[in-house]
Amino acid sequence: MSAAVILAEGVEKWFGAAHVLKGCSLSVSRGEVVVICGPSGSGKSTFIKCMNGLEPFQRGRILVEGVSVGEPATDLPKLRARIGMVFQHFELYPHKSVIENITLAPMHVLKRSRGEAEDGARALLRRVGLADKDRAFPSELSGGQQQRVAIARALAMEPVAMLFDEPTSALDPEMISEVLDVIGQLAAEGMTMVVVTHEMGFARAAADRVAFMDAGRVLEDRPTAEFFENPEAGRSKMFLSKILRH
Amino acid sequence: MQYNWNWGVLFQEPYYGWLLSGLRWTVLVTLGAWTIALMLGTAVGIARTWPNRAVRTLGAAYVEIFRNVPVLLQLFLWFYVLPELVPDGLGRWLKRDLPLPEFWTAVLCLGFYAASRVAEQVRSGIEALSRGQLQAALASGLTLPQAYRLVLLPIGFRLIVPPLTSEFLSIVRTSSVALTIGLLELTAQSRQIENYTFQGFESFAAATALYFGIALAATLLMHLIERRTAIAGMVGKGSLGGV
Ligand SMILES: Nc1ncnc2c1ncn2[C@@H]1O[C@H](COP(=O)(O)OP(=O)(O)O)[C@@H](O)[C@H]1O
Ligand SMILES: [Mg+2]
Repeated sequence: MSAAVILAEGVEKWFGAAHVLKGCSLSVSRGEVVVICGPSGSGKSTFIKCMNGLEPFQRGRILVEGVSVGEPATDLPKLRARIGMVFQHFELYPHKSVIENITLAPMHVLKRSRGEAEDGARALLRRVGLADKDRAFPSELSGGQQQRVAIARALAMEPVAMLFDEPTSALDPEMISEVLDVIGQLAAEGMTMVVVTHEMGFARAAADRVAFMDAGRVLEDRPTAEFFENPEAGRSKMFLSKILRH
Repeated sequence: MQYNWNWGVLFQEPYYGWLLSGLRWTVLVTLGAWTIALMLGTAVGIARTWPNRAVRTLGAAYVEIFRNVPVLLQLFLWFYVLPELVPDGLGRWLKRDLPLPEFWTAVLCLGFYAASRVAEQVRSGIEALSRGQLQAALASGLTLPQAYRLVLLPIGFRLIVPPLTSEFLSIVRTSSVALTIGLLELTAQSRQIENYTFQGFESFAAATALYFGIALAATLLMHLIERRTAIAGMVGKGSLGGV
């Protein structure tokens, strides 16, 4: 078995007649941080949702720790329990307090006791700098705080890898750094992750590789320094110049 | 026209007892039907939003059938036609041995009918949530049934407390159709009092007041439930906090 935690090969997906992924491949090794960028509508969200089986795909294959995501026999809940996911719009459960948001999956999926799950949740809240918010409800938190809770919620499952889908693009500018700091710290601790983001400063600092997607294709997938110094594809050059200007 | 007002009849036996008995049957039919409607309607509402297309189609078929056939006709089908359609033994039992046949038929009929309406509310409650809520639940490793039980339904139900209250009140009103198969519920009893005493105004006014009382109690209860289950920052359908 290769060391790839996530391996996607030739993934093709259609939404009805729309061909949205046209042979996407990506390999993420243990401890590696891969940033995916690209224009809106290019298929980034769809691609990473294929990686944990939230979106079905029609061709190609995706292996997570060697287990095939698209195989009908695969136990998807079990596979997903090992991969954390963080969404653009946080998606905290509004009817549950912060600590209940974090303990829900550990209690119902991992069958942890409430006490054990809450101890773990408190440790994670300290780690994301929200130790005092355990009893708050999502609507009482700022966007940046909600996203940090969402990260803690994903980490509570002790995942082998994390998927981030534009974790800061719904945030007010002044809250972006508090969330990126947490993600950057995770990267530094060796978490395997795929991060869809347009935060090129973050990519430069934290990513091992940057992949550029456009119109359903991975046009470029290169070590970070190379990507920024010498982007190959004309599309990614244009994209970079546009995005780095502001 | 000469009309002899006599509010006193309402408090005389046996008429007083008739009203109370009518009220009791109306309440019992409503509660029985509501129990069925909530359980079956929740199941059908879930089916209407389930990822599997065949399940969704079944749910849709249920709703279309029970929502679009007039309740009175449904009641006659349950009462007069069903016993002829089922196997002989069961049919005979339904016709001869079923205790309180008017009552149980009314409960089943109204329950199945109201379930189709509750199902639509449950569906709209679930659909008011962003798709992301379900994805977040599934991404964390919860199974689809767990995601419904722990996330979608608890939020969805909170959003539909007011329309569910209307559905409940609609059963209270609709339950009067049961008089056509001989159940002496509130409307039937008030008519009977009119027949015996010719005090139609008083008896119908009493029935109206009692229906109104039920509605008032249900509405107050609803407000209580709504307040107890309110989610901070969330008001009514479709306005999720923080999104
Ligand atoms: N649920 C869906 N149904 C139909 N089309 C969709 C759906 N989700 C995304 N798409 C389409 O797929 C393409 C890729 O979308 P997406 O993966 O969200 O792009 P990105 O995340 O890069 O902005 C877009 O053209 C989008 O309109
Ligand atoms: Mg996207």
